[in-house]
Amino acid sequence: MNWTAFFAMLARDAHVARRNAIQLFFQTFLQPLLFVFVFGKVMVGSGYMPPAYKSLLLPGIMAISMVFTGIWAVAMPLIAEFQWTREIEDRLLAPIDIHWVAIEKVVAGMIQALVAGLVVVPLAWLVLRPGVDLHVQHPVGFIAIILLVSAFSACGGLALGCTMNQQHVGLMFSLVITPMIFFGCAYYPWSALKTFPILQKLVLINPLVYASEGLRGTLVPQFPHLPILAVLVVLLFFDCLLLAVGLRQFDKKSVS
Amino acid sequence: MAVGLRTQDLRKIYNSPPPAAAGGIVHRADAKGSKQAKTEIKALDGVSLEIQPGEIFGLLGPNGAGKSTTVGVLTTRVRPTSGQAWVGDHDVWKEQAAVKYLIGVVPQRPNLDFSLTAREILLFHGAYFGLGYKVSHERVEQLLEKFKLTDRADQMTRGFSGGMMQRLSIARAMMHDPKVLFLDEPSAGLDPQTRILLWEIIRDFNRSGKTVLLTTHYMEEADALCNRLAIVDHGRVIAQGSPEELKRSIPGGYLLRLRFANSNATLFDRLRTLSGVREVQSADGTGANLYADRGGSLIAEIANLAASNGAELSDVHISEPSLENLFLHHTGRSLRD
Repeated sequence: MNWTAFFAMLARDAHVARRNAIQLFFQTFLQPLLFVFVFGKVMVGSGYMPPAYKSLLLPGIMAISMVFTGIWAVAMPLIAEFQWTREIEDRLLAPIDIHWVAIEKVVAGMIQALVAGLVVVPLAWLVLRPGVDLHVQHPVGFIAIILLVSAFSACGGLALGCTMNQQHVGLMFSLVITPMIFFGCAYYPWSALKTFPILQKLVLINPLVYASEGLRGTLVPQFPHLPILAVLVVLLFFDCLLLAVGLRQFDKKSVS
Repeated sequence: MAVGLRTQDLRKIYNSPPPAAAGGIVHRADAKGSKQAKTEIKALDGVSLEIQPGEIFGLLGPNGAGKSTTVGVLTTRVRPTSGQAWVGDHDVWKEQAAVKYLIGVVPQRPNLDFSLTAREILLFHGAYFGLGYKVSHERVEQLLEKFKLTDRADQMTRGFSGGMMQRLSIARAMMHDPKVLFLDEPSAGLDPQTRILLWEIIRDFNRSGKTVLLTTHYMEEADALCNRLAIVDHGRVIAQGSPEELKRSIPGGYLLRLRFANSNATLFDRLRTLSGVREVQSADGTGANLYADRGGSLIAEIANLAASNGAELSDVHISEPSLENLFLHHTGRSLRD
């Protein structure tokens, strides 16, 4: 394994991210902050939502930020680089097995997802305070969850980015991303769906559900949530599945 | 030490249109028949080549002949359906990373990393190959200078002209000091000055004992640069040798492309009897391609012969021994058809 080439590619991605830092900042944080402001501040402040909603909302916002940053950070560059210009070719010709080029993209995506998750929490807390009740009782569990969530988002980005074409990006959002957000138990706990039993079973195929519930279980355990162990197992399953699919698609796209 | 290349009976069949990696347009196999045959595109049909260490070897052929696919296989970018390829002693498909150290690739269309500046493209390319900081920075300056890119070095490459992108692609391919340089249609779309600069650079690179494989459909380029050539058409090698050897293999050497008003079959038979004429092929019904060992001095005799057969010579084009003629002789088609 050629770690020199691997880290050089990681350095390249970091360099590009630094160059686009302002754009990335707004892309990552503007939407969650507006959401936090409207639902956590306006709706709670005007009495339409109970004050406890602030604490319930925060892990969900963190999950959404992490998952979509990771997907976006991996999928969008891949879609662009595999297009007509074949920008990725110089890395495919680097002296390293091409699967490591894909894994490097996943690692870069994971780092961005982790940064997004860890920055959105204090930002949202600043908007929402006072009245946010965070209790991290199991730091190891929390770290495991955020690692698995970031891996799931980056592997998902790899699978999507190597499957979709540029002309399908709009479709990807309306068909995959939007339903994932709304049925991802980010704005409400999974247990809130008990009055819709069929829907409650159906949303279990949505990996965002486990990200939201896992973060809820480790940050605000006072609210109902899925068992942490189950969340860890399912997230690990999604990580492996999406990585396998992503590597296969990457191989198909990169070698003809 | 110089490194050679070898391929053995390479075949490549695409079941869907080839992605951009292969480049070019490939010959579509018989489109009629079963559903399977419709999507089957035979890009390579048994290509065996042996390229000596330190030579400039050319693959000459029209668009879609299989040149880019051959380069793709040798550079790990196209997986052959069958057959083998070696760079030096390394099997391209078993030792990809080792092969990638040895080769530099200039693609048909520039595939520069648009998120980086020209200088960064070279620096990161060096980093992928593990070049140290000092070596890398020195080499970047040399290459930028050599390729006349110094004043644009810190600009993003998106706004570069085609020629500049091409030059930067070549600089990038040379950055890690490869043993073999692949250039896929290097002069396509270049202005004449840049083309001459490019030829100089290729010769210069070769003088240091390095191997060059280039593809082209410019006969002059192949003639001017290559030690040896393979002429490729429909995924097969149809002729191989030095430009001189190949040109000598054209019957007579001279090609006279003739057009007649009111031509007839007896005229063609009688053209064959003229002294110095080696071969007459009819072309498009009203014309003939005549291979002979002399050129202009035949015209008067041809015109007389035509007149005495009730035909009239309406157009003549004489070409001296060239690869263009060779290609025409082997395939019945012009290189640019």
